[in-house]
Amino acid sequence: MFTDLLAQHFVHTALIAGAVVAVVSGAIGVFVVLRGASFAVHAISELGFTGAAAALVIGLDPVIGMIGGSLAVGGVLGVLSLRGRERDSAIGAVLAFGLGVGVLFLSLYQGYATQATNLLFGSIVGVSDRQLLELVIVSLIVMLGIAVLFRPLLFSSVDPEVAAARGVPLRALSVAAFLLLALTTAEAIQVVGVLLVLTLVITPAAAAQHFTTRPLRAIAYSVAIALISTEGGILLSLLKSWPTSFFISAISFAFYLAARIVSARGRAGAA
Amino acid sequence: MSVVSVEHLGLRFGDRVLWDDLSFELERGEFLAVLGPNGTGKTSLIRILLGLLKPTAGRVGVNGRPAAESRSQVGYVPQQRVFDRDVTLRARDLVRLGLDGHRFGFGRLDTESRIRIDRALRAVGASAYGDAAIGRLSGGEQQRLRVAQALVAEPALILADEPLLSLDLAYQQAITGLLDEHRRRSGTAVLFVTHDINPILGYVDRVLYLAPGHWAIGAPDDVLTSETLSRLYGTDVDVLNVRGRIVVVGTPDDQHVHHVEHEH
Repeated sequence: MFTDLLAQHFVHTALIAGAVVAVVSGAIGVFVVLRGASFAVHAISELGFTGAAAALVIGLDPVIGMIGGSLAVGGVLGVLSLRGRERDSAIGAVLAFGLGVGVLFLSLYQGYATQATNLLFGSIVGVSDRQLLELVIVSLIVMLGIAVLFRPLLFSSVDPEVAAARGVPLRALSVAAFLLLALTTAEAIQVVGVLLVLTLVITPAAAAQHFTTRPLRAIAYSVAIALISTEGGILLSLLKSWPTSFFISAISFAFYLAARIVSARGRAGAA
Repeated sequence: MSVVSVEHLGLRFGDRVLWDDLSFELERGEFLAVLGPNGTGKTSLIRILLGLLKPTAGRVGVNGRPAAESRSQVGYVPQQRVFDRDVTLRARDLVRLGLDGHRFGFGRLDTESRIRIDRALRAVGASAYGDAAIGRLSGGEQQRLRVAQALVAEPALILADEPLLSLDLAYQQAITGLLDEHRRRSGTAVLFVTHDINPILGYVDRVLYLAPGHWAIGAPDDVLTSETLSRLYGTDVDVLNVRGRIVVVGTPDDQHVHHVEHEH
């Protein structure tokens, strides 16, 4: 049964799509964690949902709507460059309203309800060859962006004041970072769904930071954890027909717990 | 040529005039303290010298060029701000950002850069914890690394904005000593913004005192006098020397007395 499934084309597509999304999510996640912007990821993904619902109503590809919604929110957050509490409350307010609008769009939508469920909880096994190609292209754009902006992005994330003094354009980088994040989020939604984007974009990076103190290694570990979670989750959901998203979130959370334990042990040992 | 030239600089926010016609020069190896109460534009002066804030009038030059074009010649030491415990950055990574953090790409670290980073770590006595996670170091250790980060690119000018704030006395002396030693050895000019002159009094060549609407510059003994400060504030101000510490009494906000009391 399991080996029969492994021979299926749709399973191959799902595994490749999962890998592509895991790599970008794990990489961008490190910067999200460094910037303390986890909540922004949630906002971007929920507004991506609103965009997708809007697209369904007017008969467009929901993926287009999702990317549009995510980019719009990402762009606004980047331009505002808010920090701390101000950002938290602004995001909360916008997120709640956007989700409300999404609910309205869904009620207006007369088509199959599974489309909506897929948006919320992911549908990795339903990825078509064309969608896979789109995923690969968007991923390449994000990885290229991260590679080009790596040093100034790191500088402005961990040490904005001195970065500005060295001439790093903080606002432009903030916009760039949020746009890359929005593209990643729109990708991750297709695998794990709106409600579970954090499990790929935040959890692996949050775990990775306990395993290393070096920025590039943090990215490598985060990508590895995201990859293992996604591929493992897809395979496990073939064995036992529970939702893929559950398995992915369970594996990445296990890494996170292990990281916390390792880090607590290390601290106790050092003291 | 002066490292810093400030000519007829004016700054106002709306109706509020911070200064008018502020002019001074800073020479190689000179240590200038910028003093004054809150809201007199001490930090704004640094932002203008970094090319991040446009003055209302006048102009500044760093090594004879506009400030925004000279950032590679300037090291900046900010107020101490504690890093998150778990931030994935080692001490040497922070120092490295001061060298090439503004450049695109990952950037392979070449041998020369590695030597410079090691040298900067050694110069501030941080070699022992160069590979430690920055978030696990004490505030004083982090501030030492700030100095290393500022001098790793061998700047002509170091701008320090309240770098001693929230550090204990031993670290205050260590940080000031490091800057002093560096400027003597390599001729880097230092502009040091502080609200308390005492920790750095033994090192400074000149003092720029910014009071609301007025300013004075000169040797500490000439500027920090009852006469000069009374003139700047337009009211009777006393400068006292108490056991080798300078205490200013009678300024409208009486900030200095307030501060001295807090140190006990």
